[in-house]
Amino acid sequence: MNRLLLTVVTLATALPLVAAANPIQDSYRAAAKQENAAFKDFSAARGQAFYSAKTGDMACASCHGDSPKANGKHAKIGKDILPMAPSANAQRFTDAAKVEKWFGRNCKDVLSRACSAQEKGDFIAYMLSVK
Amino acid sequence: MRTLPGLVLAITLFPLGAAAADKYGGENRGKPLQPAQVSAKWQQECGSCHIAYAPGLLPAESWRKLMSGLDKHFGDDASLTAAEDKEITAFLVANGSNRWSARTAPLRITESAWFKTKHSNKEIPPDTWKRPSVKSPANCQACHIDAAKADFNEHRIKIPK
Repeated sequence: MNRLLLTVVTLATALPLVAAANPIQDSYRAAAKQENAAFKDFSAARGQAFYSAKTGDMACASCHGDSPKANGKHAKIGKDILPMAPSANAQRFTDAAKVEKWFGRNCKDVLSRACSAQEKGDFIAYMLSVK
Repeated sequence: MRTLPGLVLAITLFPLGAAAADKYGGENRGKPLQPAQVSAKWQQECGSCHIAYAPGLLPAESWRKLMSGLDKHFGDDASLTAAEDKEITAFLVANGSNRWSARTAPLRITESAWFKTKHSNKEIPPDTWKRPSVKSPANCQACHIDAAKADFNEHRIKIPK
């Protein structure tokens, strides 16, 4: 009886967390494990550091702003960019093709290389954590 | 002789039409700047980092050149899938300036004679472009309030401080 109760309580606690997870972020999990066998999970803290880190004179934050909740501004042109955080912009990280397209372009722009699956997952973890 | 009035009209108006194509040394933006029905894909893909510049601002050949080198788009990688590229190129080329008679095909709108005339140093003091609120001549909507609707009417301009 106790074991049943324990199972029910565990599921009741865990399921909502699983349901709230982002399917696009999940899709990077398997690839992250393949890239690095020691991979455990995505980290919002790592994502935040990645977001702000400059390569040369560019960082993600250069265009998307210091706070993902606020509008960004294109570094060269000046046009406003809608917020990255889903808490401020519900459209973000709902379209897998769009997410991949922008990782493809912007990682090339900032890092001069593709982002790893872990970097992508960490980035999304950070965005999901910004409330 | 019903065609006579029509003929007279055509002969009178033709120089006006021809003149518009020769204005600015042949580098004139089109009229209209864009069709009533615009490509949704163009609006979405080309309007992320800057406003989606109306096709009539440049001639078809400019758009062809631009769209064939999107991975090196003024220092950024703006690549599209082959299908998206084809669709957007078709829209731009079909709606390129209908008043551009010069053989030139600049990649930058700001390099066209009509733009340079309209935004000459007499009209716009050069340091205007450096204001943080403006930042760049590529940022049309900083001053042209209705730029996103391809409305650049000179009566609806507000140059920010």
